[in-house]
Amino acid sequence: MSQEGKNLSRRDFLKTTGIATGTLVGGGIIGGLIGYNTNKKSKPSNNANNTTGHDEHSGIPARMFFMSQTDFQVLSNATERIFPKDDLGAGAIDLGVPYFIDRQLAGNYGSNSREYMKGPFAVGAPTQGYQSHLNRAEIFTQGIIALEKESKKRYKKGFSDLSEKQMDEVLTAFQKDEVKIPGASSAMFFGLLRSATLEGAYSDPMYGGNKNLEGWKMKGFPGHQMAYISEIEKDEFKKYEPKSLGSI
Amino acid sequence: MVKTLPKVDVVTVGVGWTGGIIAAECAKAGLKVVGLERGQKRGTSDYQQIHDEYRYAIRYDLMQDLSRETITFRNNRKMKALPMRQLGSFLLGEGLGGSGTHWNGQTFRFLPYDFQIKTMTEKKYGKNKLSTDYLIQDWGLTYDELEPYFDTFEKTTGISGDGKNKHGGKRSNPYPTPAMKTTPLLKKFEKASGKLGYSPYMMPSANLSEPYKNPDGEQINACQYCGFCERFGCEYGAKTSPEITVVPTATKTGNFEPRFHANVVEVVKKGNKVTGVKYIDTISGEEFIQPADVVVLTSYVMNNAKLLMVSNIGEMYDPTTGKGTLGRNYCYQILPGASGFFDEQYNTFMGAGALGMCFDDLNGDNFDHSDLKFIHGANVALTQTGTRPIGTNPILPDTPTWGAEFKKQSIENFTRSLGVGGQGASMPHKENYLSLDNVYKDSYGVPLLQMTYNFTDQDKALHKHISKKCGDILKEMGAKTVVVNSDLDQYNIVPYQSTHNTGGTVMSLTPEEGVVNNYLQHWDVDNLFVVGAGNFSNNSGYNPTGTVGALSYRCAEGIIKYSKKGGSLV
Repeated sequence: MSQEGKNLSRRDFLKTTGIATGTLVGGGIIGGLIGYNTNKKSKPSNNANNTTGHDEHSGIPARMFFMSQTDFQVLSNATERIFPKDDLGAGAIDLGVPYFIDRQLAGNYGSNSREYMKGPFAVGAPTQGYQSHLNRAEIFTQGIIALEKESKKRYKKGFSDLSEKQMDEVLTAFQKDEVKIPGASSAMFFGLLRSATLEGAYSDPMYGGNKNLEGWKMKGFPGHQMAYISEIEKDEFKKYEPKSLGSI
Repeated sequence: MVKTLPKVDVVTVGVGWTGGIIAAECAKAGLKVVGLERGQKRGTSDYQQIHDEYRYAIRYDLMQDLSRETITFRNNRKMKALPMRQLGSFLLGEGLGGSGTHWNGQTFRFLPYDFQIKTMTEKKYGKNKLSTDYLIQDWGLTYDELEPYFDTFEKTTGISGDGKNKHGGKRSNPYPTPAMKTTPLLKKFEKASGKLGYSPYMMPSANLSEPYKNPDGEQINACQYCGFCERFGCEYGAKTSPEITVVPTATKTGNFEPRFHANVVEVVKKGNKVTGVKYIDTISGEEFIQPADVVVLTSYVMNNAKLLMVSNIGEMYDPTTGKGTLGRNYCYQILPGASGFFDEQYNTFMGAGALGMCFDDLNGDNFDHSDLKFIHGANVALTQTGTRPIGTNPILPDTPTWGAEFKKQSIENFTRSLGVGGQGASMPHKENYLSLDNVYKDSYGVPLLQMTYNFTDQDKALHKHISKKCGDILKEMGAKTVVVNSDLDQYNIVPYQSTHNTGGTVMSLTPEEGVVNNYLQHWDVDNLFVVGAGNFSNNSGYNPTGTVGALSYRCAEGIIKYSKKGGSLV
């Protein structure tokens, strides 16, 4: 970890978020558990304030979970900083990620319905994982309130009115758990936000993100293909037009 | 009001690989079997839209519903155990087929060394190789004694393999089907590891290389390499699983009834026998007693141990005194490895769960440990299981985990990074054990199982040694950057690691050393059998299912013997 001393180590980040990269093998992950620092060098993009993310023909401009347009805009801008539009292609907003998250928060994901949410609740060690009594929907709500509050405290502006650099500074403070959120931690909220952004960018488009399969196209993931049996022994790299589950 | 049902010969708790095998063998032998499965019925026709990473691999749709039941966890006895509120480190199964539905299909036989680990280690390295804190013991059954049962399991499942492993135990028969396709990636690993002096072979696979009809007449199809195995069911019926083999075999005898949404909460014991089990129909809410001549615990490691504990059967392990056997020898697996970053693009998204090339030169006692601070080792492999975009975001060290640079690298490296890794064996330690939680309860008011577990010095030394070797292979493969896994720290229940949990209900040669004898019959209660990876007194450097399958056939033989003459089988 060559970054400034106050940065968390990679391992600390893994402890608190469970994020791991590498290749799955057997029942396990092999390969490195790689990557944390906050040395942000992201290029500005033009669409951070375009919170609809959809043209007039897309048909999904409505929200299931967020009542306030302002809150939804904060969410949208935060996801765009995590997964920005660049010369590789669309960012979170153009991919429909904010709508993906909105729908997820309105359903089982938001209410942690398949997870153990019985008390008593206690603060655990990082190795013991999620111990908040709040569900994800509540954590997102509190997290967005806190993003707004922290922006006003630092810059006397709402989050959506900040420059990209300022947004990154606020998000970094959350990632490092420097901001207080009642009932949860800002690092936990940031971890959820980051994961949900990637999930929205790369899940099947039926969930509302990965619009026009742009996420898969950028990544070179073919999506739903029936078989690779006739290709897998060939040496050359094979490019596919991705397919969604709904295309069959 | 608890309703008592008509008595049957055999009742199994859970219908995955172990329950399915017990059901098939006992039903074929004419015994009436009921299988109580707390999840739902499912099969190949339910998997036609399975290519959904988000639903199945991220939100774990086929796995256990933790809102009903989970475990509690702490790293050591000084910590307060807290519930595992979300799935992470390991993925518990639920529903017909259990974890056998969403496994990868990597099907090994444990090494002869595993079964006689104490004797063989002491013979070669003396009595002090490991401190007395490590509770290694012989299993009470040798590899050679278990060989016929391995053979049966491989024939039932049609395993595809090349039989080229120089370090494995003796085989009575070749693999039923030839090895899977040797892809360019596997060839690359084969060449590099061969050059470094290792002996690579094709990973034995339950994703079959060709269509196969097993001895029970069940058809398994040929794998299409679609890249959706682990955490998914197979839409082709090409990944051998209980619901396409042993479950239909049991059903067609007319002697087997699987009962779904049946959550067993207690094994009912009277005197020195069990009389049946108590379960709740989770749909109707009704409670039942299912009486049976023989009760077989065939759920996962965790629930097998828990049911014995809540039913007060056997003596709980006490880490202070070292007395008691129930809950002892809980082991896991550690994951040494390295990542390699390449310039060229590879078809990493194509694959199958058990498509891999591996070697055992660094596994078991196949290399000299005289100057090393650990015993055992790991099967080292390169697998091509099919990468998917939410779960695979490879970035170099010191790269931000979000933002523009993260996006660029994770996209670039999606098809340009490969992992070489091992499944590191796990040795029992006196402080790693399962017990019962005294605070948290499941939906039915039954205490949760409590896990006390941390990585040991043995684990850390093994991990460091083998991770480095994995890095060497990637260098030889031509990676432009190699990142060796950082040293093991504390065990953390959050990131996914491995669903190879073992121990807690150990098989042993004497009642002082374990919970069941080598027919998986309970030492104290002769009409109760407990089978699964919980029977392992140490975990090996392999996937456990091959050995679990063999033990299940051994157990079925024991139950059939018992049903004829009764009494202890040893």
